[in-house]
This record gives sequence, C-alpha cells and structure tokens, in this order.
Amino acid sequence: MTDTPDAAAAPAPDPAIAALSFEAAMGELETIVRRLESGDVSLEESVALYERGHALRSHCEARLAAAQARIEQVSLGADGRPAGTTPFGES
Amino acid sequence: MSVPFPDTASDDGTDARLLAEGAPGDNAPALSVSQLSAAIKRTVEDGFARVRVRGELSGAKRAASGHFYAALKDDNALIDMVMWKGQAARLAFRPEDGIEVIATGKLTTYPGRSKYQLVVDSLEVAGEGALMLLFEKLKARLGAEGLFDQARKQDLPRLPRIIGVVTSPTGAVIRDILHRLADRFPTHVIVWPVLVQGDGAAAQVANAIRGFDAIAPGGPVPRPDLVIVARGGGSIEDLWAFNEEVVVRAIADCRIPTISAVGHETDTTLADYAADRRAPTPTAAAEMAVPVRAELRELLLQRAGRMVGAANRHQALARERLVALARHLPKREGLYAPQRQRLDDSADRLDRSQRQRLAVVGERLATRGAALRPALLARRWDRDRARLGGLGRLLDSLDPRALLSRGYAMVRDAGGGIVTSAARAQAAARLQLQFADGEVPVEVAGGDAAALPPAAPRPARRPAAPPPKRGQGELF
Repeated sequence: MTDTPDAAAAPAPDPAIAALSFEAAMGELETIVRRLESGDVSLEESVALYERGHALRSHCEARLAAAQARIEQVSLGADGRPAGTTPFGES
Repeated sequence: MSVPFPDTASDDGTDARLLAEGAPGDNAPALSVSQLSAAIKRTVEDGFARVRVRGELSGAKRAASGHFYAALKDDNALIDMVMWKGQAARLAFRPEDGIEVIATGKLTTYPGRSKYQLVVDSLEVAGEGALMLLFEKLKARLGAEGLFDQARKQDLPRLPRIIGVVTSPTGAVIRDILHRLADRFPTHVIVWPVLVQGDGAAAQVANAIRGFDAIAPGGPVPRPDLVIVARGGGSIEDLWAFNEEVVVRAIADCRIPTISAVGHETDTTLADYAADRRAPTPTAAAEMAVPVRAELRELLLQRAGRMVGAANRHQALARERLVALARHLPKREGLYAPQRQRLDDSADRLDRSQRQRLAVVGERLATRGAALRPALLARRWDRDRARLGGLGRLLDSLDPRALLSRGYAMVRDAGGGIVTSAARAQAAARLQLQFADGEVPVEVAGGDAAALPPAAPRPARRPAAPPPKRGQGELF
C-alpha cells in the first residue's frame, strides 16, 4: 500500500477504504450506484451511501493518478534470496 | 563385435579332462578372473571410449545419491546406463521411460558383477517426435496430480500494484511487456532476470517464481501481486525449460496469480497449463495484466456521475415530497380557529348571561326592597298588640277564681279530679273543697272511712302548699 499525497488529501481518509484494493473499491462503488439508482433506500441511508461512494471514488481516482511506471530489477543477496532492487537495466 | 581373446580351449581340439595340467609348449597359462576382467575392461574401455547410442529409456531411476540409472533398449537388446550426479543435474529434461534418446558416453565394465554399462555424459531426446512424446508423458503425469486443474486457478487482480516478471533481462520480451504496460497503465514492475534457455534455465525460472512467492510484505523487495513468466518464441527445444517439472510445480504452487507467456501463440508449454492465465505473447500478457487507465478513468467518472445523479434525484424526490406534504399541512391559525371561535362564543355568552342574571336579580331586589317599609312592620306590631290586649282582657274575664270569690267552691277528689256529680262525691271517701283563698279537706259522710286515718295528715300538709300556684295549675 503506497501512501500518496492524493490519498492523504482525500476528504474522508477512511482507513477501511484506504486498505481496499482498486477492484474492491470499484466493485463497491458500482453496488452503491445501483442501490442509489434503485431508489429503495431511505434518505438517511442514501446520504451515508453517497458519502461512502464519494470516498471510494476519491480512493480510486487517487490510485489511478498515482500510477507511474517504475521498473526495477531484483538484486539477490548472498543466500540467493532477493535483498533489494536496482533500477532495471543497470546491474 | 570382435572377440579380442582367442578361444584357447577350443583350439586344443583335445577332450575334456578332469585335471588341468600344463601341456608342453603351452604359452597360454590360465588367467585369474581378475586378470581376465581387467583385460576385458581395458579392451572395452579402449574400444568404446566415446559412443553415441540411440535407444529407448527403460527403468529410469534417479537414486538418492543423485546418480541416474536406466537402460537403453531397442527391440532385441538392452544396455544398462548410468549418469553420474554431476551430469544428471545438468539434464535439460527429466528422463522418462519410453522416451527415445541419444546417449553420449563411454562403455565401461563392472567386474564385480560381470556387467558392462554405458556411462553417459549427455543425454538428448532423439528428435522432436520423441520430445513431443516426453511432453505428453509429463503433461499426463502432472495433470494426473491435478496441477492443471481449473479449480486451482486464481483470479488476476484487476489492477495490480506491483508486477513481477520472470524473464530474460535482455531481448525483446521484457521490452514488449514494459512498453505495453506503459501504454495501458504505468505500473511498478520488478524483473527477476533468468536464463530462459539452456543449462540451468528451468532451475532459475523455478527459483525466481518461488522467490517472488516467498517475498513477505514489508521486506526490502515489495511483494508483487501478479507474476508474469515470459519468454519469446522458439523451437520446442528452446522452450523446453518451461516444460520442466520444477517450473511447472513452481507456477502451480505460486500463491501470487500468474500469467504465462511463453513462445508464440502456437507454442504451448506445461507452464501455460499450470499458470492461472495463459497469454499467447508477452505483449498479450501485459494486456491481461493491467486495464487501460483511460478506460478505468472513464468508468470511474461514469459511475461517479451516476452516483451523483442518483443521489440528486433521490434528494429532489424527497424535497418534492416534502413540499407536497408541507402544502397539505394546515396553517397554524387554521388549526385552532374552531376552538378560538368557541372560546370567543362562550366568553360572549358567559358575559351576556351573567349580565342578564344580574339584571334580573337587581330588579327583584329593587321590587322587594321597595316593599320593605318600616310602616309595614309597625302596622303589624300594632295589630298584634291590640290582639294581645283583647286576649288579655278575655283571659281575665275567664279567671275561675273570680267565680270562687263569689261563693262558689270547686270540689275535687283525692286524685285532684273535679267532681261534678253527687254520685261521684258519694263514691269518694275524701274531697277537697277549693275556695278563692284556699282549700279545705272534707270527708264524705257515709262514705268509706277505712281510708280516713292515713288521709288525716295530708290536709295538714296540703295547705302548706302554695294555693295560688295550685289554683293556676288546675286551671289549665
């Protein structure tokens, strides 16, 4: 889980949401949208759903925004197990 | 094969004898077994120091020591073979029974057991057909273990944070993958460089896969959430490392979802069967690994839009309902207007009735008050007084004592009753005569005198009683 400035600045830094994978967050967002669209939730619940949906959206957006290519190469320790990484291409 | 030693026994042409004895001129004395064996060994090893033999493997067995034992056979003959540990470890495939191979090595004998065998330096599969057979055998064996079962397949993460790539660090494969990843969704990639063909390639690939899987979160190297095992196209022989059992098992055991992309679309390796997903090419593997970021953004935007729309609609609907309900809510004044009216009405009536009542009472008071004159009382008093005076005079005129004073007396018997007839006077023994100024007791002559003595004291006492009072009392 990489902490990104975007995620930190999100309106609701819900740790439960921050821990969600992108697909889980997207899936939940879809569920929330469907429920809101069905209109069979109480007003109070719809407000809560909306807030959570908004937080999920921010989380997903942050995840998309934070994506950047980083290419590394495993460097092995003396025991043959990965000891660290070096930029790919230099070794 | 030529016989290196002359058959001395048959050259004799002599009959079989019981006892061996040196014949004159015999320059071939009997050899010891060891001597003969050593001679055979020398001859065999000199004559077959390097041979290439084609045959089918049979009874293949890798001993605990690491040596590999098998037999090479064809339809009519069989030669044992052994491959020492060092060479066996470098085998490019795992030998299986029934596979036609070409073994290169030398012949040697094993004097202790009267045996000879082929010591193999290198073992190769004899042609692509044989290799395909080996492939099928391996596939059947590992498949029977369930390593390729659909139930074992894991879902790929939709958006992996870190992708581990097991491939050669040089060449087009890694470039293709990185390019396509960059196009679709820039991602953190960790390359585990390996040999993808030749000596030790399978071991390196397997080690890399297991290495990725063994990475604990939070260590010096981040744990990938997707592993791609890739290699460019090549012959079945080039790709063979990816059919090796170690690689297949490493992929099957890997707890991180795996994509295999080995060779071209038409090439299939056992690694492909074991992986969670098979990509026809390394580029395709990158496409499977990550979605297109722009598309995801679009999807996210669309969902967010739907959510805002739905929420707004919800809100607007609720507001409409609220307004409608509010419209039906009666005005506050209207709510208690009837009560207010009744109150006003009642207050009004209360006032009015009270006023009326007071007026009535006042009027009555006025009329009664008017009648209440002192003269009215005085007149009545005068009349009563006059009546009283009249009555008084009448009373006076009726006083019996006035009659007594004119010479009459009143006769009473012993009980005080007035005696009005002679008969009753006769019956009484004693009588009382009352005069205006007192009483006199008398006895009736000829009357019953028996009661006279006790009556005697009474008259004496009676006069002592106040006569006026008595007279008054008798009167009424």
